[in-house]
Formats: sequence, C-alpha cells, structure tokens
Amino acid sequence: MTTRAVLILGARSDMALAIAHRFGKAGHPIQLAARDAQSLAAERDDIALRYNVEVTLHEFDALDTARFAGFVDGLPVLPHIAVCAVGYMGAQAENQTDPDAATRVLRSNFEGPALILAELANRFEARGSGTLVGISSVAGDRGRATNYVYGSAKAGFTAFLSGLRNRLAKEGVHVITVLPGFVATKMTEDMDLPEKLTAQPEEVAEAIQRAVTSGRNVIYVRRIWWLIMLIIRNIPEAVFKKMKI
Amino acid sequence: VSETNTVHMRHFNRMISFNDSTGVLVAETGVLAADIIDSFLPRGWFLPVTPGTKFVTLGGMIAADVHGKNHHVDGSFGNFVDWIEVMEPDGSVTRCSARKNAALFDWTVGGMGLTGVILRAALRLRPVDTAWIRQNLQPTADLEETIDAFEAAQEATYSVAWIDCLSRGAQQGRSLVMLGEHATLEDLPKPRRRRPYETRRKRKLSVPLTPPAVLMNGLTVRTFNSLYYWNGTRNAGTGLVDWDSYFYPLDAILNWNRIYGRRGFAQFQCVLPLDASRAGLQALLGAISQAGAGSFLAVLKRMGPQQRRFSFPMEGYTLALDFPVSPRTLRLMERLDDITLAHGGRFYLAKDSRMSADTLRRSDPRTEDFLKMRQSKARQTAFASAQSERLAL
Repeated sequence: MTTRAVLILGARSDMALAIAHRFGKAGHPIQLAARDAQSLAAERDDIALRYNVEVTLHEFDALDTARFAGFVDGLPVLPHIAVCAVGYMGAQAENQTDPDAATRVLRSNFEGPALILAELANRFEARGSGTLVGISSVAGDRGRATNYVYGSAKAGFTAFLSGLRNRLAKEGVHVITVLPGFVATKMTEDMDLPEKLTAQPEEVAEAIQRAVTSGRNVIYVRRIWWLIMLIIRNIPEAVFKKMKI
Repeated sequence: VSETNTVHMRHFNRMISFNDSTGVLVAETGVLAADIIDSFLPRGWFLPVTPGTKFVTLGGMIAADVHGKNHHVDGSFGNFVDWIEVMEPDGSVTRCSARKNAALFDWTVGGMGLTGVILRAALRLRPVDTAWIRQNLQPTADLEETIDAFEAAQEATYSVAWIDCLSRGAQQGRSLVMLGEHATLEDLPKPRRRRPYETRRKRKLSVPLTPPAVLMNGLTVRTFNSLYYWNGTRNAGTGLVDWDSYFYPLDAILNWNRIYGRRGFAQFQCVLPLDASRAGLQALLGAISQAGAGSFLAVLKRMGPQQRRFSFPMEGYTLALDFPVSPRTLRLMERLDDITLAHGGRFYLAKDSRMSADTLRRSDPRTEDFLKMRQSKARQTAFASAQSERLAL
C-alpha cells in the first residue's frame, strides 16, 4: 500500500482507465480528471471497490488552458505521479481542409497536454519530487500523409517532454515519454490493425508502471516499434515523400 | 446473435457496490471469479460456491448455475444470488429474484444464457478467516468405500474425489477423497496468523506445445493414475492447502488442454439419482475401463438435493471426465449417455459439447417447459448458441 496519489488526465479513454486500474491495484489513490467527470462515477466505484483505494473525480477540459492552475489547486493533494492520456485523432481528410478541425487536433494533442504538464512540472519542481508521464505517439516520429496534423502535434508534445525532462533532471522530477504504437481501444476500433504490432491497453498500463518504477525516459510499449520507427525515421526524404505508408 | 458473432461480456465488468456487513457484492456480469477473489479475499470474503476454474465470469457462473465441492451442504451458485438484472429480447431490463419475478429468475439461473442477457447481479460472498483450507485426504480401495466415505462426510463443508476411472476388478472405483474446511486462525502456524489472507504466489507452469494425441492412451493414463493414487496414499491425512491450489489446481498450468492433442478434448458430466448411484457408477466405470479410454481428470462428487427449473444438480452422485476427442471416445461417451439414461440421470450442459437433442429430452423432462419459456417473448430467435441449436432448445 502506498499513499502516493496518481493523477490521470483524460481519464475516460481505455488506455487511461487501464492505467488507473494498474496503479490502483498497486495501492495508489487515484485522481481521475476528464470532461463531465461525474459520468465516470461507475469507473470510480469499480476501481475503489476492487483495490480498496480512494478514487476521486475532477472536472478537466484540456482545451480550457486558462483554468489549469485552478484545476491543480482544486486537487485533494498534489499527486506524485501525473499521467497525461489526453489525445484526439480527428479525421485527416477533415483536418487538412478545415482549419477549425485542425486547430482542435493541434490543441488537444499539443497545447493542452503540454501546458497542463508544465503547470504540474512547476509544482513538482518546487516540491522537488514527482513523475510526469506524457502519452505521445509514434505518429510524432515522422510526419506522414495519412495523419500529419495529429502526428505533428504529437511531435511537438514529444519535443516538449524531452525539454521538460532535460530541465527537471537535476530537480528530482522525472519525465517519461510513452510511445504506445497501435493500441486496441475505442479510438482505433474501426481500424484494421496488425495483431503483432497492437498492444492491449493493459499492456500500455503495465509498461508505464514499470517505467515509473525503474525511471525509464522514453518507452515504446512493444519493442518492435523502436525498430520500425528507427527505419521509418531513416528513410531518405527523397524516397519517403513518394511512399504510401 | 449470428453464426459468426457472439455476445462478448468480458468488458462489461465493473464492480458497483459492496456491503461490508452482509458481504453482498453488486457487479456487472463480465467480472471474473478471479477478480472477485483478488479484491475480496484480502478483506475476508470468498466465493460462496466456485467451479474448478477461476477464469469464469459472474454471468457464466449464474447461467450454468455452477456447483462446487460444497454442493451437498450449500447447493449451487444460484442460492447465493440475491437478484439479477436480465435484458430480454425487446431490450427491456428486468430485475428478478427468488421472490420478485421469480419465474424469470428461476429459468435464467441455470438457463445457459438462453433466456436473456444477464447484465448485473448481487452475490452474497462467504466470510472466511483465512485464505487456507484444512484438507483431509482419504484414499479408498474401491467404489463401495468411496461412496461410504462421501456418505460419512455429509457434515464436511467441501468434499470431492479424484477417481481412478481405469482401475478394474476389486480396485474399481478406488479414489482419493478430499474433504476440506476453511481454516481458522488457530489452524495456521503462528507465523502465518499475522497475514492470514496471504499465500505465496505460485509460479505458473505452461504446456508449451501440443503433443501427438497418441501419447494419451490407455497405458499412459493407467500408469499416471496408479502413480497419482499411490502418491495420494502416501500423503493421506490432514494438511493445510492454499485456496488457489485447493480450488483451482489446473489454473496453475497454462494451456493444460494441450495435453489432449490437436483435436482437443470433450467433457462428460452426468449426475445420477441417489438410489441408482452405486449401480450406475459401477456401470459407467465398467464401460470406461473396458474401453481403456480414461482421463487423468475424473472427478466424483456427492450432490445435495436441489430444485430449480433447469439447473443441473440433483441429489445423488456426479461423475465428471475429460476425454481426448477421437471417434472411439465419442462412441464411448454415447455409451455413457445410455447408461446415465438407464439409471435416471441427467447431463451438465456447461460441460457438454456433443450430446444429441434426443438424449437431452430423454434425460430431462423439464426440457419441454424450458422450450415453452424459450418460445415466449421470441427468446428463441433472439438468443441462441451453438449448443442451443444442436440440442434444439
């Protein structure tokens, strides 16, 4: 049993809930933050009952950046571990023609996640401890025609996490970048994903918990993705631009 | 739903509430038995009735109205279900219990999922002082002695026997009868008393590959059974066993089903009425050892009296066996069907994968009423399974 609270931002997603279960099972109090937080009451009760831990719900809108400071002030305690699972893919076809749609994707995957972690980072730094976990994406490793709006926002987020880690390394605050690869969730349920490359949400959660315990910096959930992205990043641009991947 | 789709309930698995004083857990039915144990054993509660694996859902345990080693004293799973919520074909959800909407409750508990979708349930857990079972192991020399041991152990909370189904002649029906009680704090050695709900996590073994089916023959099974029985006679007496090893020995071996070879295995489980049990068991064991197609896992259990509209248990003896699938064992199982019918027994639908619709009707006069229930509210067209189609339910 531990009293170190874990905050989960964007708690409604399958991945976020799997993470909440994982840390709840390890005995951590859980803070679930999402829009319309009360609608997560059944999830709250489930996690609290299963693991005999305290679970609280907190209203949080990743696009409402002006309220971030107030949101953190409103938490029962400043968490020791904060996981940002906020993300929104949108549809690339719409994102490349409709600036409002693109803005929403860019803000949901970069601006919101970066700024809330920045807010938490400053407080963790003042305290001198804590772990920040940002769930970014392999889509941010190289822009591709099929989802570069989402991918570029994730690239920004990955870079932000890298900088944050560099800044806080000496301050006792650890930053983890998670690159899940394909994950079988509601967001991807209509896609035809290759089984060997697709992780279950529980696998992501397990990988994150291990990374927190062992102090890893950047993790690919399934190792194969490290190799795949190494290859993709190293394809010469002259070739890459003509490829369909 | 259709020939290629089934209703998948595993993700419908949230726990809703738990009452610390009554032990009543309310949960969605995709919750696993293993989850319930993980969450509540550390707080002093255990499943009131459990099948031989913990990898089953709450809904599945209700639909099959499963029984455990305590059936002779506590009855089946349904006895501990305060209420269930059932979604019927029109999408309406009805809460039912032994008192309210009792007919729907009674048909659904043991109704193999064919009356509607069981969404939520309230289950009364059993308070326990420790996570340990005080086991008493009694080897018996033949069927007569085995049955006498069961009859003498009516007071025991748990009773079950591993039976050597290949032994013949004077040794026919020799068994290892295992009685069990939930251990109290005083039963534990002193160092364990401070953490009575903690047991060592067992290493998981796994069957890494599928051996050729010929490895499972009369000779290997006979040899295994003799060794297993001999080992049991050496370990006779009382000892402490952790809950996982006692209730779920096979769960510790991943992919254990592989030992039956590529074609897999079929299960057979029947129950015989008390007065026909001795003769019936003798005939069943005779047919099995004659065919030489035994299995490692043959389990005999005394059942208590029970009345529910379509549940399996009845007062008497139940015999459960696994056979590797082959034309020969399928023929043997048909022979076992006939012996069961001749002795007024019936069959456990949760284990069945090969019985004929005709056998079911001949074994169980309740089938006609169950069919009428199925025909009401168009259940028959809304909910079907491969089994319901084979058995024309």
